[in-house]
Amino acid sequence: MTRIKLATVWLGGCSGCHMSFLDLDEWLFELAQQVELVYSPFADVKTYPEGVDVALVEGAVANQDHLEMIRQVRDRSQFLISFGDCAVTGNVTAIRNVLGAAEPVLTRAYLEAADVRPQLPEADILPPLLEAVMPVHQVVPVDCYLPGCPPNAERIRAVLEPLLRGDRPALSGADFIRFG
Amino acid sequence: MSVHTLTIDQRLVSARQGETVLDAAKEAGISIPTLCYLDGISTVGACRLCLVEVEGQSKLLPACVTAAAEGMVVQTHTEHLQRYRRMIVELLLAEGNHICAVCVSNGHCELQDLAVDMGVDHVGLAYQFPDRQVDISHQRFGLDHNRCVLCTRCVRACDELEGVHTWDMAGRGRNSHVVSDLNQPWGEASSCTSCGKCVSACPTGALFDRGSTVGEMQRDRDRLSFIANARQERQVARGPHAPS
Ligand code: SF4
Ligand code: FES
Repeated sequence: MTRIKLATVWLGGCSGCHMSFLDLDEWLFELAQQVELVYSPFADVKTYPEGVDVALVEGAVANQDHLEMIRQVRDRSQFLISFGDCAVTGNVTAIRNVLGAAEPVLTRAYLEAADVRPQLPEADILPPLLEAVMPVHQVVPVDCYLPGCPPNAERIRAVLEPLLRGDRPALSGADFIRFG
Repeated sequence: MSVHTLTIDQRLVSARQGETVLDAAKEAGISIPTLCYLDGISTVGACRLCLVEVEGQSKLLPACVTAAAEGMVVQTHTEHLQRYRRMIVELLLAEGNHICAVCVSNGHCELQDLAVDMGVDHVGLAYQFPDRQVDISHQRFGLDHNRCVLCTRCVRACDELEGVHTWDMAGRGRNSHVVSDLNQPWGEASSCTSCGKCVSACPTGALFDRGSTVGEMQRDRDRLSFIANARQERQVARGPHAPS
């Protein structure tokens, strides 16, 4: 049996979704036997490989790096899961959108709110911010939505288990799709 | 008192004179989604979530303001209706800034519950990210316009149960918003008695007790129904446990 190639990706989110993934506890052993983790913040892999079967994408698309990354992820993955509220709705990452553009966000964060030595970060240190933060499905097609901030381990498992069997996950009800 | 018999979802249901389709359905244990409706205050038919199909009518009718009539044949959960309802919930979520994860009403919010009921696992429409204000000028309560769904439940609760009318609506379309007194900060609205009925009425986290944090706002809607009922029955009582 060929093992499913699983990737997990971290865009504009707090990594809480990935922490929640670790809450799968002992089920992770079972998962590890059935998948090959080909790319993840949990693994030391530098480039996103070709031929990924399932990708869990945490976080909203907030900067230029995210934009390039998510396009690559879409191109190279069969089944893309929007993982957590930031990916699904923009959530906290997108609160800055009410300021209208990137420039006022940087001004607010690095100049107005600075206590000492207000200065904008040098261009090559910070990936350029997009004018607006977007949920993943606004940038590339998404195959499955896994809401929650973070989605708890039970929800993550409810998405992965059917995929391991070759079925399409279908989530419904407060325990599985409630935002927040 | 005359009684009508109508059919709701293939079931024969009776309704007293003056009752709406929503009342009749509720009494028969048939649940129709609502948002602007609140037990004990007047109905406005604003949110359209309660739309139902009535045989012989080409338009969908809001159950909360449609009088139950003899022989009416009503459908409450067709695929068509559920599609519209889902659309309404998505429109509401896209129109404001509803960030459940950091909201005082997380887990106790009628909009959040409706999203679950309609199977909204994502919003297909573009989020608007409107630039809205937060008013914390009142000593005890706050109003976060980002979370307001413009249901006017606060306006009606204040007017009809407290008899004050501190709240009203201003602006049009996407600029609609609730205002206190003559569009003053809430803390300067001299008509406000600080009774908190608007806060109890609010379906989302828009109106809240100051000092509450994520998920802490749990509202006692029974308190409002109790007051509404006591007013109607002209009972003089001071609390749910007062002797009748
Ligand atoms: S503040 Fe709350 S009760 Fe008032 S209109 Fe907005 S959502 Fe409705
Ligand atoms: S509940 Fe009937 S229109 Fe809002």
